Amino acid sequence: MRVTINGEERQIDDGLSLAQLIEQLKMNPKFIAVERNRELVPRAVHADCTLEENDQLEIVTLVGGG
Amino acid sequence: MSTATINDKPFNLGSHTLASRLIVGTGKYSSFELMQDSLEASGSEVITVAVRRERLIDSEGRNLLDYIDLDRYTILPNTAGCFNSEDAVRVARLGREILEGLENPGANWIKIEVLGDKRTLLPDPIGTLEATEQLVKEGFQVLCYTTDDPITAKRLKEAGATSVMPAGSPIGSGQGILNPNNIRICIEYLKENDPEYPVIVDAGVGCASDVAMAMELGCDGVLLNTGIAGAKDPVTMAHAMRHACLAGRMSYLSGRIPKKLYATASSPEQGVISQS
Repeated sequence: MRVTINGEERQIDDGLSLAQLIEQLKMNPKFIAVERNRELVPRAVHADCTLEENDQLEIVTLVGGG
Repeated sequence: MSTATINDKPFNLGSHTLASRLIVGTGKYSSFELMQDSLEASGSEVITVAVRRERLIDSEGRNLLDYIDLDRYTILPNTAGCFNSEDAVRVARLGREILEGLENPGANWIKIEVLGDKRTLLPDPIGTLEATEQLVKEGFQVLCYTTDDPITAKRLKEAGATSVMPAGSPIGSGQGILNPNNIRICIEYLKENDPEYPVIVDAGVGCASDVAMAMELGCDGVLLNTGIAGAKDPVTMAHAMRHACLAGRMSYLSGRIPKKLYATASSPEQGVISQS
């Protein structure tokens, strides 16, 4: 199915959970936060969050700033 | 004179008690190693960071967080790059989520920036006020980057801001404090019947004397990034900023002499050898 991650369209497996997607993207789950369709998804529920077609995901981290 | 002999109160910023009144950013360094050395030299306990999209390719590359001692520094996330209050609120929530996961004490506060346009990066006062109201409701300690307009400063405090942080001059401009009179009025208004209310000059600082000036005006602290990161020798400039912050604070606490139009001799006027 198709989802949008950080503004890029991506093809991912049906029924994938958010935690599984983060693992596939090889991201360190401790360093990121995720919004799904503009709502924050707390870390504690990443494993139970099943992604759906056309989900809009924002995966962010901390970078240098002032 | 050792710094331990300075008769100063601790700096209370919301629920945080700080020994250093200098807050520094982590942006614009040419390497993470140079950033680490500069942070160390600044003596700061609080460092600011931004929230940005993670890279989808090469996400295993170097991450800022690998270079920050999270037991040593309290992270202050910002909402830089947001041009409306909705985005600023979303970014604040995302920053908190990351810092809660890292168990960093900075999870309970946010430096709010809602910008008006890209050319000046000046704050949008209405958007800043809206975001402040919402984030205060959500339990954040909100540190507001704003202009040096005293009325806006007052409104932000009334909305529940933990600290109001007027800009000395535009972000990264290095112009220093362009309107010290406005900063003075901001301080007077914000501290009226509330002398402990923290006022921080945020943005525009170019060199150490700008920091000293802010502190001599009676600010409680200074937040800066480019002044150090953009200097030819950031580590030495970080030392300079640390000393300037202390010097300015001590100068303020000491009570300066009044300015007079005419000279007053420092040396005795009696006993001068006979003059022809």
